Amino acid sequence: MKKKDLGLLVLILVVGLGVYLQNPLFLSPNNIANTANLIGLFGLFAIAQGFVIITGGIDLSAGSMIALLGVLFVDIVGNRGVPWPIAFVIVIILGLLLGLAHGLLITRLKMPPFVVTLCGLLIYRGVARGYTGDATAGFPFGSTYPGLDFFTARIYGVPTSILLLLVVAAIAWVVLHRSVFGRYLFAVGKNEEAARFSGIRTNLVIGAAYVICAGLTALAAIFFAMYTRSVSPSSHGNFYELYAIAAAVLGGFSLRGGEGSIIGVVLGAILLQVLQNLVNLLGIPSSLNFAVMGTVILVGVLVDQQWGAYRARRLLAGSARESGAKPTPPDPVPER
Amino acid sequence: MTAESADAAQQESAEPAAAQPFLRLKGVRKSYPGVQALAGLDLEVRPGEVIGLVGENGAGKSTLLKLLGGIAAPDGGTIEIDGVSHTRLSVSQSIAAGIAFVHQELNLFDNLDVAANVFIGREPRRFGCLNIVDTRRQRAAVAPLLDQLGAGFSPDTLVGRLSLAQQQLVEIAKALSQQARLVIFDEPTSSLPIAESEKLLAIMARLSRRGIAVIFVSHRLTEVQRAADRVVVLRDGRLAGRLTRAEISHDRLVKLMIGRDLKVDYAAPKTARGGVALALSGIRTAAYPRQAVDLDLHRGEILGLAGLVGSGRTELARAIFGIDPVHGGGLSLDGKEIAVRSASDAVGHGIFLVPEDRKATGILLDFTVAENISLPNLDAHASNWIVSAGSERRQAEASRGELGIKVPDVATLTATLSGGNQQKVVLAKWLAMQPRVIILDEPTRGIDVGSKSEIYLLMRALADAGVTILMISSDMEEVIGVSDRIAVMCEGRISGILTRAQFSEENVLLLAVGNRVVP
Repeated sequence: MKKKDLGLLVLILVVGLGVYLQNPLFLSPNNIANTANLIGLFGLFAIAQGFVIITGGIDLSAGSMIALLGVLFVDIVGNRGVPWPIAFVIVIILGLLLGLAHGLLITRLKMPPFVVTLCGLLIYRGVARGYTGDATAGFPFGSTYPGLDFFTARIYGVPTSILLLLVVAAIAWVVLHRSVFGRYLFAVGKNEEAARFSGIRTNLVIGAAYVICAGLTALAAIFFAMYTRSVSPSSHGNFYELYAIAAAVLGGFSLRGGEGSIIGVVLGAILLQVLQNLVNLLGIPSSLNFAVMGTVILVGVLVDQQWGAYRARRLLAGSARESGAKPTPPDPVPER
Repeated sequence: MTAESADAAQQESAEPAAAQPFLRLKGVRKSYPGVQALAGLDLEVRPGEVIGLVGENGAGKSTLLKLLGGIAAPDGGTIEIDGVSHTRLSVSQSIAAGIAFVHQELNLFDNLDVAANVFIGREPRRFGCLNIVDTRRQRAAVAPLLDQLGAGFSPDTLVGRLSLAQQQLVEIAKALSQQARLVIFDEPTSSLPIAESEKLLAIMARLSRRGIAVIFVSHRLTEVQRAADRVVVLRDGRLAGRLTRAEISHDRLVKLMIGRDLKVDYAAPKTARGGVALALSGIRTAAYPRQAVDLDLHRGEILGLAGLVGSGRTELARAIFGIDPVHGGGLSLDGKEIAVRSASDAVGHGIFLVPEDRKATGILLDFTVAENISLPNLDAHASNWIVSAGSERRQAEASRGELGIKVPDVATLTATLSGGNQQKVVLAKWLAMQPRVIILDEPTRGIDVGSKSEIYLLMRALADAGVTILMISSDMEEVIGVSDRIAVMCEGRISGILTRAQFSEENVLLLAVGNRVVP
C-alpha cells in the first residue's frame, strides 16, 4: 500500500470515528450492510473510470450509460419476458460495444475523449428517456424473478455487490499493477509518443481501456437497476460519472494520466459513501449532500498537494545542508 | 567614473576587452539533492565580449544560466551588477539588468505574430483604460530590429510559419528590444543546419560590436573556437580553466572539459560489410511525396545519413520505423519484402529507432531505468501476462554493466539521469532484443564528449556483430568519423553516396545543397 493510500485510509477512519461518536447507528449491522452495498455499486464503475483516467482520458458517459443499460435490462426482463441470464449477457455486450465505439472514435478518428464521452452522456440519456417515453421502467406488479434476487442478496449479511467489488478490485489490481497490459496503460498515460516509439500498439491499449471501462459500467448498471427495482430514465445515475472521477482523484489518479492505484480508487469510493452516510446520520439536510462532498474532496486534495510540496522542500533543504557542510577544496586551476 | 559615463566610454571604445565588467559573480554555490551543481564559481562579464561557456553535461552550465535568469537562487556567493551586489536575482531583476536568453528550446508563441512575441507581457497600449494593444506601434518598433538582424521576414509574420533559425532571430529581436546588455545563447546551433549556424555566429559578432556582451553555450567546440573572445570551461561545478582567444584550441578545450587528454575514438571496422540487409525501394514520405528514395543498407555497416535540417532525413527514419505512413514504396529485409505499418511491426522485424528527441519520444522520464529497458520487450519478462520484476531487474543490471550506464540503482527514475546516460538507456532497451537494423537519429546531440566516444565504440561493436546501422547526423565530424559510407539527402531525395575515399566536409556539403561531387 502506498503512502497516499494510507493517508486516505486514515481519513476514512477518522471521519468514520467522528460519525460513530455523534451517532452510534453508524456501526449498526444494517447501516454497515447498506453502506457496503452502495460502496460495491459505486466502486465498480469508479474502478472502470480509473482504467480510462490512467491513459490520460476520461469517461463522462458513465451515469447516462447506467441509466440507458438499466432501462434496457428492466425492460427486456420485465416487459419482453427474456430470461434474465440472456438479458444480462445482452446488456454487458451492449456496454462493451459502446466502449468499443468510444475507443474507436478516440484512437482511430483522433477525437478528444472529453468530447466523445460528453456526447455519449447526452446521447445515452436522451435515448433512455426516448425509449420509455420518459416513463419509469419497472417490473410488472407482483412478478418475481428468483434468480435476480442474487443481485440484491446478502450472504451472511454481506451484500453480493461488495463481494463482487472485492473480486473485481483484486483482478483489476493484478491487471493494472502487475500485468503487461497494466504497464502499457501507465506507459501510454505518461507519454503516448514514447510508448509508440517503443513498439507498443497504443491505439489498442487505449481502446481496450474504454472497452473495459464500459464493460464494468454495464455490470454496475445491472446492479443499480436491481437495487432501485425501477429505473426513472431522467434521474437514474445522474452525476455518477462525477462520483467516479472524484473517487479516482481522491485515490491519487492524475487526470493527466499515468498515475493511480486500484487501492486508491476503491478507498476513494468508500470515502464518498461514508460522507453520504455522514450527511444522513448527522441530520444534515440532504440538500447539502454535494456541498459536503465537494468540500471534503477539495480539502483532501489540497492537503495532499501541500503535504507533497512540503516534503519536497524539506528534502531539498536537508540535502542542501548536507552538501553545504562539506568543506569545498580550493580551485586547483590557476587563472590564466 | 559613473556607471553612465563608463557605459558611454565602452560604446565608443573599439577594444571591448578594456572595458570594466558590469556583471561579476563571486564564489557562487548551488546544490541540488545529491549534486553540488556549482561549487564556488567566479565569472566576470564585460560589455561587448563574447564568452564561450563549455563543459560536459552536469558541469554546471545550466545551473549557472538559471541563477543568472533569476529562476534559481544560489546557496552562497554574490552576483554583482554595476557594482551593486545581490545574494540572488529575481526574474524581474535579471530582466532589468539587461540579461536576455536565447534558449535551445524556444519560448515563443506559435499562434502569435513576430511583433506580438517580441512585446509579449509588455505590450504598448492605447485608448487609456481600455488597454487595447497598439499593434501598429508594436510593429513599427520591431521592424528596425529585424532589419538590423538581417531577418528576411516582416513583423506581422506568424511565428509558427518561421523556421527554427528565424525563430531564434525573433528571440534575439526580443532581447534587443529589452535593451539587453548580455545575451546568453544556450546551445543555439545544436539543431541548426550549418549555413544557419554561420549566420548566427555573425549576429553574435554584430551584437558584440554594439557593446552587448554574449555568453555562448555550446557543445560544438569548433564554433566556440571561432566565435568566442575567451572561453570559460566548467567541470564539476567549478572553473576548470579560462582560455584567451589566442589560447583556444580544440584539444585544450577537451582536455579542460574532461580533465585529461581524450581523443574521440571512432574505431575502424574489424569486419568487411556483408550483403544487403535492409533495402528501401521507392519510399515516399509525407514531407516529400514526390521524391522516391532508394537505398541499400548492408549488414555490418554504419551508413551515415547527412543533409541539411529539413532535407527529409528524420521523416525517412520515421517512415522506415512505421511511425508515419509511407506514401509509396516498400522495404525488404534480407531479400524478403516486409510490411511495416506501425512501430510495433518494425520492432517485430528487429528494426529499431533511437529517436532524435530523447525526452519526448526516446524514453519515459517518469519510468525507472529498468522499466524503460524492458518496455519494448515486456512479454519476454512476463509469464501468463504477469510481469516479473526480478527478470526486469536482471536485464537492467546486465545492460547497466554492458553499456556503463551510470546510475546507483536501476530502480532510479530516468528523469534524474544525464543526457548521455539517458541515451544509453534508449540503446539498452533495443540491445536487449535482437537488433537487425538500428536507426540512430542524432545519437549524440547534447551529449558530452566522454559519452560520445562510448556511443561510437558501441555502434562499431554492433556493426562488427552484423547489425546494420543507419546514423542520421548533422555533426560533420561525427558523420565523417563514424560512417563507413555517407548517404546525403537534399530536399527529400538521396543526392549522392560517398565512399570512404571521397569523405570530406566539402563533398558532404556539396551534396547537401544539391550539387554534384567532382571526383
